[in-house]
Order: sequence, then structure tokens, then C-alpha cells
Amino acid sequence: MLRKRNKTVIYGLYNDESDLLTAVNKANSKHLDIFDVYSPFPIHGLDPLLGLAESRLHIGGFIYGLLGTMTAFGGMTWIFTRDWPMIFGGKPYWSVPAFIPITFELTVLFASIGMVVTFYTICGLGPGVNNTILDERTSDDKFALAFDLGSLSNDKVDGLRSFLKESGAGEIHIKDI
Amino acid sequence: MSVVVSPIREPLIGGNKTYHQITEDICAPTETTPPKSWVIAFIASVITLAYGLFCIGWLIYFGTGTWNLNRTIGWGWDITNFVWWIGIGHAGTLISAILLLFRQKWRTGVNRAAEAMTIFAVICAAIFPVIHVGRIWVVFYFFPLPNTRGPLWVNFNSPLLWDIFAISTYFTVSLLFWYTGLVPDFATIRDRASGFRKKLYQFLSFGWTGSAKHWQRWESLSLVLAGISAPLVLSVHTIVSFDFATSIIPGWHTTIFPPYFVAGAIFSGFAMVQTLMLVTRHVLKLQDYITVSHIESMNKVILFTGTMVGVAYLTELFIAWYSGYVYEQFAFLNRATGIYWWSYFGMMTCNVLSPQLFWIKKFRTSIFWTFIMSIFVNIGMWFERFVIIATTLARDYIPSSWSYYTPSWVEIGIYVGTFGLFFTLYLGFSRVAPVVAIAEIKSILKSSGNQYVNHHKDAHHHNINEQHALDHLTAEHEGEHHH
Repeated sequence: MLRKRNKTVIYGLYNDESDLLTAVNKANSKHLDIFDVYSPFPIHGLDPLLGLAESRLHIGGFIYGLLGTMTAFGGMTWIFTRDWPMIFGGKPYWSVPAFIPITFELTVLFASIGMVVTFYTICGLGPGVNNTILDERTSDDKFALAFDLGSLSNDKVDGLRSFLKESGAGEIHIKDI
Repeated sequence: MSVVVSPIREPLIGGNKTYHQITEDICAPTETTPPKSWVIAFIASVITLAYGLFCIGWLIYFGTGTWNLNRTIGWGWDITNFVWWIGIGHAGTLISAILLLFRQKWRTGVNRAAEAMTIFAVICAAIFPVIHVGRIWVVFYFFPLPNTRGPLWVNFNSPLLWDIFAISTYFTVSLLFWYTGLVPDFATIRDRASGFRKKLYQFLSFGWTGSAKHWQRWESLSLVLAGISAPLVLSVHTIVSFDFATSIIPGWHTTIFPPYFVAGAIFSGFAMVQTLMLVTRHVLKLQDYITVSHIESMNKVILFTGTMVGVAYLTELFIAWYSGYVYEQFAFLNRATGIYWWSYFGMMTCNVLSPQLFWIKKFRTSIFWTFIMSIFVNIGMWFERFVIIATTLARDYIPSSWSYYTPSWVEIGIYVGTFGLFFTLYLGFSRVAPVVAIAEIKSILKSSGNQYVNHHKDAHHHNINEQHALDHLTAEHEGEHHH
């Protein structure tokens, strides 16, 4: 595991993503600090409410792609003009149009592998990773809203508990993750 | 959350599903003992695969002389099968990438299985170029490694080498895209499993938690992968067509080949998706997720691409005539009326005429006819590749070297063996992984589940009735004025 969180959180389980969104809105208006939201599928409209900045993964993809372009085009150029110049069918050594297909393919290949590896790395996921699951039903039909307990006083914890209850959470639990 | 529901759309998910019911339905095949029909099919596939491996072993031991290729016809069933399987492999990426970019929600019902099919078809296809080289132990010469005689490189100007890059890239990207989609669904199975299965799915799901930030990145990744897979899938068959189009053989030397090959690939790919999905939805009881409207949508794609392929065939004939070039004219006359006339006839009937049935809604929405048609299209597309390859080569420049070619038992055995491989992999996949993308189906439930769509339909009718009443009133009012 890349990141060990070792946190104690209080979380409420909602039955529907619309209930969860309402609860997140309420939590924002009360200036409560949300730890995370866990859901069985991506919820549209949630990211801005949680203050999540747009993912920069696509910028990474562009850079990896560019690297692929340069590797392919630069590599073929070096091989056919410097390392071992050869004439095929009377064409020039540096036959740019014939390099385009491979350049394109390597651009796509580098961009995809780079992005996928980056994705799993920054998310702390990968083969053999075994993260603690907050609640097993969040991959089925439950939507969890979690707050970090940290060193909050008992009063604050009770406040969070009653907030979750009022906002429609069906169940409320405390768990170490 | 406000959900935009189109009142005229057919619901994509039937049976009043809840989120939990979706999990239950789609995970069920991975959690139960396989039915007898599955066991029989799996054993049959493994036996066929074993026979294919035997034939490949025979080929490698005795050499390509065990194939019936000759001095004139240097490519026969091997490259026909290669192009055919690669073509089939195009539907998966088309469904998952291009339809994702076009925001076609019906893709969610079939994308997972279609992507799996893509990967398995590409594996089957890749076998042929590897074994057809004869000396398989030097097959690494395919790759740009300086060889043992010095720093002599591969020919980067050759379409055959472009093909190596295109197909390995296509396979890798499809696999990454497919697996990234599977990770959250493996997590769903993991969270329901116990014992050994829990351990297995813990490994497969990569520690997925369903955190909001992870979903955000997952969606971003899927979108960009779709964006780059879309031109990739078009490039792959374009490059396959370059294998022929950049040669100077009349009948191959054709600028129309790239779009014509891509259309044909999508055509045959969708046909294979239909063949598989019709069986899968029945056996795994997924009729609520892969509905008749999904089948109809795919039939429309088959009709469209089949007609494109038909236009391409006719364009080829027209251009051959219009070019005034006798060798080109002969090549096409020979295809239609020469020694292999029967394969041209099979191609035209199966690919161009038969899909026209799908103009009629009754056939488009019939499970029976869709299944028959999907088989027809697959046969037709195999004939197309055979026509292009063998017919063209059988009548080349010097009449003294004209010849005929029929496959040997080894060639037939290897082709049959690839079916064994394909179905072994697909049947295995259908018991281990969810064949429908669980998370994606859940995310469209509110806009495409029948309970929501029908609800909105009623509301829409209300509005129409009210509008009618209003119009009526206005008309009466105006009528009074006129009086």
C-alpha cells in the first residue's frame, strides 16, 4: 500500500445518490469538513461540492503521448539517417510519410500505458494492494458520507452523528481505516 | 439530483431494477456452479483448442510445406483468418470508445462483453502472422531489435511492420481500457465474496474503495482512453488494408481499401457481438440488461456498415471499368466469374444483400433473425477476405503460373483451433468477470431504467393532453372572434 491513512471516521450510509448530494450540500452550508464519499458508481455533480479540482490525468496523458511521438519519430530518424541508412524502393532515407503510422501508434501506446500506470499509482491501487474497505455495501447499493474524527471532542462527534441522522442516513458507524 | 429522461427513448434496463438487484443479477453467474450447458461448451472448446495446438505443433515441426500454399498463392487461409479475426476485434473498441464519446447510453449493456471479445479475437488473430513465417524461432525479427548480424534494423517503411505496431498497440490499449473498467466491478464481487474467492477478487480489484476522487480520476481516464482508442481502432484496420493497398497487385492496389476495411471490420465485429450476446443474455438471464432495443441498435449499425461495404464493392467494380486499365478490369471480372466465383457470390449475398432485411423493423427486432444474420455476416466477411487474397493471387501476371488453392487439413485445423481458443477464453470470462459493466449500468439506471422512463412517459402524455386542451380552447376562442 502506498498510503496508510490510519484514520478513525464516522460515516452515514444513504440509500440513494440524491439523498447523499443533499446531505453533502447541507454539510457544506454548515461548514463541516467532509473526509470522503464512497459510492458504487461515479456521481455526477459531486466533485464541485466536495471541492475536488478537475483531474490532471489528461495533462499527464498528453505529456506521455508527446514522449511516444518523439521516441518513435526520433528513433526512426536516427536509425535510418545515422545508425544504418538504407534505401527502400528508391525513397529517401528520411521518408517522413512512411514514419507516420508507427509514430501515431507509439503516441497512443505511450499515452495509454503512462496514464494507466499514473492512475493506479496516484490512487494507491494496484495488484496486491488491499485497502481497508469502509463498508462493503458501498460497492453494491449504499452511498457513504464520511467525516474524519481526528481529535474531535465528544460534543463535536455527537454533532456529526446527529447531522448524519437528520440528513437521512439510514445507518451510522465509526470505523478505523 | 435532477435526471434528464427522454420521453421517446426506449428504456435500456427492464424489470424495475434497484441498485442492489443489478448487483445480484450481474454477479450471479460468477457466484454459482456453472450449468451443464456451460460445462459441455467449455469441454468442447478446450478439445477444439487442443486440436488447434496439435496442428500448430505439426506446422512448426514439418514446416509451412504442410500448408497448400504455392508459388502463386503465397497467402491463403492464414492471412484470411488473421484479417477476419482482427476485423471481429474492432466492435469492442468501437462500442466502448466511439459510443462513449457519442454518449450512447446503450453501450453500457454490451461494452464489457464486446471488449472481452475484442481482446480474445485479437489474440486469435495474432497467432497467424506469428506462425505463418515458417521459422517461428526467429519471429523476434518482427520487432525493431538490432539483429544478430549487426545493427541491421527492421524496415520502418513497410506496412507489415506498421501492422506489428498497430496490433500490439491495439491489444495493449484494449486490455488496459477493459481492465480499468473491470476493477470497480471486481470490487463489487469482492465485497460479496468469502474464502478463496474473496482473496482472488481482492487481488483482481487492486484495492478499489469507491472513493469520490478515485471515481473522478477513473472517469477522466476512461474518457481520455476512449478519445485515443477511437482513432486507434480506425488506424488498425487502415494499416491492415495497407498490407494490400501499398502493393502493386491489381485488385489490391486500391485507394478505397482503408475506409472499406474499417467498415467491414465494424460490420463483422458487430455480427460477432450479436452472436455472442444473444447466447449470453439467454444463458445468463440478462434479458433486462441486453434488451431487444440493444439488439436493434446493433442491427442498425450492421445495416449501415453492411451497406457501406456494398457501396465499396460496387465502387471497386466501377473504378476498375472506368480506369480503362485491362489488368484491373480482369482482376475484378475474375473475382466475379473466375475459378473462385462461389466465394464472390457468398460474399455478395451474405454481406450486401442479406443485411438489407434489417430495413424492416420486424427482422431487426427478431432474436431468431438476428442470430441467423449474424452468422451470415461472419461467413460473408470471411469470404470477403478470401476473395481479396486468394482470388487475386490465383490469377497473377503470368498465365503459366496461374493456380488454384485449397487448404490442407493443417490449415483448417488451425482455423478451427482458434475458435476453440476464442470460446475457451470467452466462456472462462463469463464465469469469472461480470459480463455487463455493473457500475456503468447503475449510473444510467435513473435515466434509462424502465420504471423511470415509463414514469416520465406518463408525465409527458399529461403535458400533451394539457397542450391539446389549450389549443382547443384557443381555437374556440378565435372561432368566436370570427363570428
